[in-house]
Amino acid sequence: MLTPEQAILASMAVPLTGAILISLAGRLPNLREAITLVTAAVLLTVVSTLLPLVMAGGRPSLVLFSLLPGLDIAFAVEPLGMLFALIASGLWIVNSLYSIGYMRGNQEAHQTRFFVCFALALAATMGIAFSGNLLTLFIFYEVLTLSTYPLVTHHGTEKARDGGRVYLGLLLSTSTVLLLPALVFIWHVAGTTDFTVGGILADKLKPGELALLLGLCVFGIGKAALMPFHRWLPAAMVAPTPVSALLHAVAVVKAGVFSVVKVMVYVFGVDTLATAGASNWLVLVAGFTIIAASVVALTADNLKRRLAYSTISQLSYVTMAAALLAPLSLVGAVLHIAAHAVGKITLFFAAGAIYTAAHKTEVSQLDGIGRRMPWTLGAFAIAALSMIGLPPTAGFISKWYMVSGAMASQHWLAVTVIVLSTLLNAGYFLPIVYRAFFVAPPADGHDHPHGEAPLPMVIALTATAAGTVLLFFFPDVPLALARQLINP
Amino acid sequence: MNLAPHLPALQVVVPLIAAPLTVLLRQRSVAFAVALVASWLALAISLLLWWQVANTGIISYAIGSWPAPWGIEYRIDRLNSFILVLVAGIAALVLPFSRASIESEVAAQQHYLFYTMFVLCLAGLLGIAITGDAFNIFVFLEVSSLSAYVLIALGRDRRALFAAYQYLLMGSIGATFLVIGIGLLYLMTGTLNLADMGQRLASVQGTRPVLAALAFITVGVSLKLALFPLHQWLPNAYTFAPSAVSAFLAATATKVAVYVLLRFYFTVFGESAVFARLPMQQMMLLLALAGMFAASTIAIFQTDLKRLFAYSSVAQIGYIILGLSFNSVSGLTASIVHLFNHGVTKGAIFMLLGCVALGVGGTSLTRVQGLGKRMPLASFGMVIGGLSLMGVPGTAGFISKWYLLLAALEQGQWWLVFMIALSSLLAAVYVWRFVEAAYLREPHQNTTNVAPTPWLMSVPTAILVLAIVYFGLDTSFTMGTASEAAAALIGGSR
Repeated sequence: MLTPEQAILASMAVPLTGAILISLAGRLPNLREAITLVTAAVLLTVVSTLLPLVMAGGRPSLVLFSLLPGLDIAFAVEPLGMLFALIASGLWIVNSLYSIGYMRGNQEAHQTRFFVCFALALAATMGIAFSGNLLTLFIFYEVLTLSTYPLVTHHGTEKARDGGRVYLGLLLSTSTVLLLPALVFIWHVAGTTDFTVGGILADKLKPGELALLLGLCVFGIGKAALMPFHRWLPAAMVAPTPVSALLHAVAVVKAGVFSVVKVMVYVFGVDTLATAGASNWLVLVAGFTIIAASVVALTADNLKRRLAYSTISQLSYVTMAAALLAPLSLVGAVLHIAAHAVGKITLFFAAGAIYTAAHKTEVSQLDGIGRRMPWTLGAFAIAALSMIGLPPTAGFISKWYMVSGAMASQHWLAVTVIVLSTLLNAGYFLPIVYRAFFVAPPADGHDHPHGEAPLPMVIALTATAAGTVLLFFFPDVPLALARQLINP
Repeated sequence: MNLAPHLPALQVVVPLIAAPLTVLLRQRSVAFAVALVASWLALAISLLLWWQVANTGIISYAIGSWPAPWGIEYRIDRLNSFILVLVAGIAALVLPFSRASIESEVAAQQHYLFYTMFVLCLAGLLGIAITGDAFNIFVFLEVSSLSAYVLIALGRDRRALFAAYQYLLMGSIGATFLVIGIGLLYLMTGTLNLADMGQRLASVQGTRPVLAALAFITVGVSLKLALFPLHQWLPNAYTFAPSAVSAFLAATATKVAVYVLLRFYFTVFGESAVFARLPMQQMMLLLALAGMFAASTIAIFQTDLKRLFAYSSVAQIGYIILGLSFNSVSGLTASIVHLFNHGVTKGAIFMLLGCVALGVGGTSLTRVQGLGKRMPLASFGMVIGGLSLMGVPGTAGFISKWYLLLAALEQGQWWLVFMIALSSLLAAVYVWRFVEAAYLREPHQNTTNVAPTPWLMSVPTAILVLAIVYFGLDTSFTMGTASEAAAALIGGSR
């Protein structure tokens, strides 16, 4: 058995070792894919060993080494990070299965590089999840950006290069120009960047400075895709779909909102923020992002683009719920990280399956496709319900908590935003489901006969759709972790 | 005979004696062996000196046993022991690298002369760093400069001659200004010993000749360290010189010049005199910022990688001068640590470019298309070097940037914090021009096969690339030395 400290290290070492082995096995695709799956399974096992301890209130931590005097590369497991690590590592297994089907089904080039970068990205994600201070988080955040760049530009075309430029440009510039100065400033003011229960900035700054610093942090964490720094997410859609699925629905974007929540809870401190009223503006900005991104999604015909804008909108739910600072809405924010992850990965899986089987990318081409791909579109429908926030899906629970939190704090604007965006969500997801199942397929003869996508892909998307429903009936683990976050 | 007390003298004497030896022996393999031994000995000595200073404090060595201030004193403290390690370390890596590198870049009958000039240049740079005597600085500056002109002129491209000539003109103006400044100081104080000069200046502080000396020295040294806009010589020199020379000079020559500036400002004039009576702080700050932005912007539009990274050097020197202009301990720490970190980074990048030039026959952006597949290791090394220039965590560049940001914050200069961050974005843009060419474009049509990189080139290059990562993670050596050196410069110099 691993000690908790060993498990923390192993959560990064396992995917790293996996990356090395995958690159060595590059010439033997079957072995290479087996290594990916085994690595993912081992990683989930390792991460799971930490769960009972954290649920029981344990907070294992470890200092790897000292980068500068007083500035350590340190790791600490707390409920939020535990949940994030579980989601990312759990979905990696499913995603690997899916990727194998997708990459082979579409005969993509550079598959070894693809799987290596994926494993590296997961290692960075684990580092973010378990980081014990803001500096460590920042470092792994940058590693995640860099290791996903080759995945975004995977196709190597002019379009992929442009997408990659926007991706890297926005993520790097927000983190260097906003987050890094914020980090240095926090270190300068507090003399530490450790994530501490209750925050480290209490009584150190004036309300105005707090609000400004919070702005530097949340905009600096560009991965949270708060407007106006959201454009990298649609740009990243040039990547192969498995990348969009795991990274741009789960690992990368969740790393963003995870960091936002983590910074607000453990660096600023909920009470400090509430007393100063420093996060009121953030509710407005996040609320605006929710609505604006939904409106764009409504007009997008490209399926992946619509999903990307839906992601932007859903991410801001988390940011807004956190910015409300009410205990219930914080629980909602944490649950939504989990709920949106399983739901959105299903949607992307379905989009990729449609592309692989039918070579269709636009919503307007999907008439009647549900009859040929019932599993895929069935899963899509379930996940869409979760996005809208209807039972019996995970999205309902998180939304329930968020609305309760907003009402409890009598933030009627936030309530309005949630209600309005629910309508908008329904407005851009339900037509797809309707088209797929109830509109007759076009009879112009351009269509070629096809059935479902390759089996691994169907298995993967069915599994995540089932997860969306299961999370509705058994939300105990995420809920317990979220509760621990607000009552440490 | 116990040589230990004479290490300071040997630090310069070993390479200085190796120089004529290589000429006398003529045979290029023998010359190489002599130069190699000399450079490795110099590294060993510099490390020993660093260790001694770290443990027992400042070493003062009287050349020829003539006590200071009458004789020439070699005076080694935290700061210059650090510089000595940088210079000797880079030389010890570049020299084996040069053996294979000059094979294709320098005519065979001139190889032994290359080694002569190389060790001579090394002796000069080490001499500048080690000496505690103002005039001695000038002499060694000339030794290193003259040999550097020759080294640059050895480049095959005919434009190398012009580049060397340009450098010769600018360098001579710089040296002249420096010697005028030193002369004025000698006039006012009657001594050439730096520490002594610093003490005696107190009584004549603020007089016109001293201010003139400050101006002359600032301009003269700024020419040598390529402070924007006095950097004109640098891009050509780095571009057309043989790869090994570019690597050596980029990593050491400008850094030693920065050291000279630090020494004069903080040991001789004293920070109060430099920064209180003249608007030096604002001036340096402005020039540094101008350099950071202008040179980075120019770098973005270059089509040749050597030239691109040469402009990047001008921009990075801006960072160093920016830290200096804060006139605070943390600012100086940032400057000194960046001096080292950037030396390592740029040395590695130019050595990698040497490997690339040998492999694909050039360093233009079209030549390196598809380099990620053709020379995967070298490309990856370039990426690491590039990340260090951008200041990405995990590389040496991050450490310097962290301290620079902290220093700016201590000044309460929020806008500067953002300027530093913005300028590192410009670095990201020019680095990404290489990344896109190397990884996202297919190799050019008419490129032939890649020539293999000899191990004599790849091993030293790899060591230096690993050093970028090492000094980004373990900062005890760099930060420990730099912060103590900075504290000594600001606090205990007078």
